[in-house]
Amino acid sequence: MKVFFAFVKKEFWHVIRDKRSLIILIGLPIVMMLLFGFALTSEVKNSNIAILDFSKDPATKTLVDRIDQSQYFTVNKYLNSEKEIEGVFRKGEVRLVLIFPQNFENDLSKDKKTQVRLVADASDPNTANITINYASAIIRDYQNEVNENKMLPYAIEMETRMLYNPQLKSSYNFVPGVMTLIMMLLGAMMTSVSIVKEKEMGTMEILLVSPMKPIMVLISKAVPYMVLCFLDIILILLMAVYILDMPIQGSLVLLLAESLLFIITTLSLGLLISVNVNSQQVAMFISLVALLMPSLIFSGFMFPIENMPLPLQVMSNLIPTKWYYSIMKAIMVKGLSFEFVLKQTLILAGMTVFFLSIAIKKFKINLEA
Amino acid sequence: MMPEIVIHTENLTRRFGDFVAVNNISFDVKVGEIFGFLGANGAGKTTAMKILCGLLSPSSGVATVAGFDVYKENERIKENIGYMSQKFSLYENLTVRENITFFGGIYGIDRKSLKIKSEELIQRLGLGPEADKLVGSLPLGWKQKISFSVAILHNPKVVFLDEPTGGVDPITRRQFWDMIYEASAKGITVFVTTHYMDEAEYCDRVSIMVDGAIAAIGKPSELKQQFGVENMDGVFLQLARGAKRSE
Repeated sequence: MKVFFAFVKKEFWHVIRDKRSLIILIGLPIVMMLLFGFALTSEVKNSNIAILDFSKDPATKTLVDRIDQSQYFTVNKYLNSEKEIEGVFRKGEVRLVLIFPQNFENDLSKDKKTQVRLVADASDPNTANITINYASAIIRDYQNEVNENKMLPYAIEMETRMLYNPQLKSSYNFVPGVMTLIMMLLGAMMTSVSIVKEKEMGTMEILLVSPMKPIMVLISKAVPYMVLCFLDIILILLMAVYILDMPIQGSLVLLLAESLLFIITTLSLGLLISVNVNSQQVAMFISLVALLMPSLIFSGFMFPIENMPLPLQVMSNLIPTKWYYSIMKAIMVKGLSFEFVLKQTLILAGMTVFFLSIAIKKFKINLEA
Repeated sequence: MMPEIVIHTENLTRRFGDFVAVNNISFDVKVGEIFGFLGANGAGKTTAMKILCGLLSPSSGVATVAGFDVYKENERIKENIGYMSQKFSLYENLTVRENITFFGGIYGIDRKSLKIKSEELIQRLGLGPEADKLVGSLPLGWKQKISFSVAILHNPKVVFLDEPTGGVDPITRRQFWDMIYEASAKGITVFVTTHYMDEAEYCDRVSIMVDGAIAAIGKPSELKQQFGVENMDGVFLQLARGAKRSE
């Protein structure tokens, strides 16, 4: 035990001395949370919209005002002819152009029928879709108000409710995502790099000839990173709750326990890499390309897995981050209890045992060679 | 009582598949002796050394180190040996003092005596102000001296030195050998591999491995006589020329 503590102490000295790893450990989670929280948000707010109004009557004015007042749009240009539309899109000045025909109010009150045209810049399809939806919703609201006093022959009233995330905050999506990525990056990459470094420097030999059991060398190497990853989880959660106003719905203890399990998964992956390679560069390359990339793609955090072709959907099941991400979302956002994440937990635990046993087996073979 | 013989091998063999890395070697090393373990690259030195350090099990034959069997008691062996390799074996981004504390710690030296020992060591090496500097900033010669001192910090019965003086200037090498003599005088057996034939002359006894087997063993003076040459270089060249395998 004393030996173990001596080792852990040394490992902390290493991390503290090495500015690069310190920056990665503390800076990375903070930067990622702030970036996703404030810069890379998928919420569409204050999109610029241009108005081409051929009627200029009270009705169109009211509608334009409403659009401008909503948090989604800022009216920043009034156009005079259709020819200008192309120009404002080319310059990238607006995302959406709203066109009112002549006699808008007249048609609406007399013929009970009129048209508006929405033209969106679909070079970014998602944003185009979202802005069209927002604009249509505002127009629909207006239409409902106008209709209020009149009896319609048929009407379906829609009432929608956004469960779990009523304000549609993107933090509900990215906080678990950032946790997943950070753990993958720190747990797997830093552990593998730090072990391979000892191989490169020749200090591994010294450790192996010492009375420490070889397995203990690996464990002592991994434990400090486990602690650091755990601290990072706490750091991320604190930022989520206090800076991004994202409440944690489920049990905090369960959340931390599941995180610990996932940290062990990533550490096992790190060990697996480190027993197979002999240079820090290769270790880093493998962690980034073989672990981080698939994690990013297949966790469901950035790209919905349901939309992928079937072979990729099947493949995504092999990626541990997918399971952790779904556990985190279930606990943090939906507030579900352990029995609802049991399946994912078992899969994750199984993967961990699998990776760890291969790593240890391979480590023993290497010792003999 | 301590046995007179600290390393004992008899028909020690290690195979990797069809390849016989160490072929039937037998030798004894006495307590306090400085034993030079020579051989060209690929002759099987490293494999033999790994077996004696308890890292690798032999395929057949007998070997004991400090009285412990390499098959079953390799954990005990590790407690009783020190090791220093050609690849530099301290942590560059720890200070001298921290390195001593760490290596002392993994050899299970308790905190109190470790403190005393490390102060002693720092005094003896004349490190003083450098003790709290990062090892990476010290010159190579110093690093190697510290490295050796750390390897014998826990008073091992045997210290294994794997080409300890690679890349060091002749003066520092000479000083390094003074430290080896000191250790040997204290009763620590020194088992050293080297490519420098002048260093072979410094050993009490040397063995020369060729193609996995021991081709010659004895005092440097005896070997020179036996092969009728002026220096160990001559002995080595005569033997190594006949080698079939090389790296």
